[in-house]
Amino acid sequence: MNKTSYENLTRGIFRENPTFVMLLGMCPTLGVTTSALNGLGMGLATLFVLLLSNCAISAVKSIIPDKIRIPCFILIAATFVTVVDLLISAYFPTLHATLGIFIPLIVVNCLILGRAEAFASKNNVFQSALDALGMGIGFSLALTLLGLIREVLGNGSAFGWKFVSEDAETMMLFIMPPGAFLALAGLIIIINQLRKDKK
Amino acid sequence: MKKTSLSQMITVLCGLSIFSALVLGIVYELTKEPIKKAKENKELEAIKEVVYGEFYNNPFAERHKIALRKKNAYIDLFPARDKDGKITSIAIKTYSNNGFGGKIELMVGFLVDGTINTFKVIEHKETPGLGSKITENKFSQQFHGINPGKQVFKVKQDGGEIDAVTAATISSRAVIDAIQRGYNAYNKLSAGK
Repeated sequence: MNKTSYENLTRGIFRENPTFVMLLGMCPTLGVTTSALNGLGMGLATLFVLLLSNCAISAVKSIIPDKIRIPCFILIAATFVTVVDLLISAYFPTLHATLGIFIPLIVVNCLILGRAEAFASKNNVFQSALDALGMGIGFSLALTLLGLIREVLGNGSAFGWKFVSEDAETMMLFIMPPGAFLALAGLIIIINQLRKDKK
Repeated sequence: MKKTSLSQMITVLCGLSIFSALVLGIVYELTKEPIKKAKENKELEAIKEVVYGEFYNNPFAERHKIALRKKNAYIDLFPARDKDGKITSIAIKTYSNNGFGGKIELMVGFLVDGTINTFKVIEHKETPGLGSKITENKFSQQFHGINPGKQVFKVKQDGGEIDAVTAATISSRAVIDAIQRGYNAYNKLSAGK
């Protein structure tokens, strides 16, 4: 693997992390990260759709006129999201029960559109796939981390495993929407500091 | 930037749309049967969980549809029989449109006299981590033994006895609404018999 390929793959994981650095896809980030498993599920579903849409868009980029590229990108992303939704509900009904409502939300995730616009429409299929993988992994990690923090503080459990008693008072605030903003802000402060130190 | 004519744009967008529609149509046809099967399996599982004790018939084959006053709305009723063919309990698939995220579908198990055995949420779109807790045992076990016809069947905030899920009163109310709807339908049916 040459240097650019490696660069394209790893960029999304830390240095240009879609959640903490580029602040893309805030809607699912804030909305679904009430537990670590929810975050991970949403992250993986997004990774899958991002991979498919990035590849498809970079494959057909030469025939798409500039003026209507956005509707074309959205159309492609929406198609893949629906396909993924149907396939999961047909063959993994239990997974669909947990992820059900998040999957249609992927269409409006600006991470998909952002990568299509910024990367897939200018690079070849292989590099676009690498970019999608990197960004998808970065997004999954970020959502899982955020979900874990909110779950531990707000529900007293981690990945569904409860470590406090049933009746214990937990910081409910962190499960509720304001908690998402607080936890995300805290994480961004830490990540920014880390990035600064690296420079 | 390339210059593109109107007709070119229309062709590309139309072509892409037709292609997408084709792909979706094929996938929909392919997954239609498995999705239906998965849903039926889920309902059968839910029936097994909510009825009282063992049953020796196939409740699914004895499905009884009760039409509601609203158009196209109905409630499914599945009787569970013991060895001698006597009905021991009834599973009722009911719903409420008052959930925080829209429709909630439940399978409720009633004893013959209308007492709730237990219920299971089949489908919901409640907020994960908050409203989604209506599916947990901690919430559902307090419904055991309650008869909606004889007791005040409401959450504590409304003067009843049910502890609502913390920060998800709307979801809790919707569950009660759904169970009440199922109970009413069952009551009407058993009164008519």
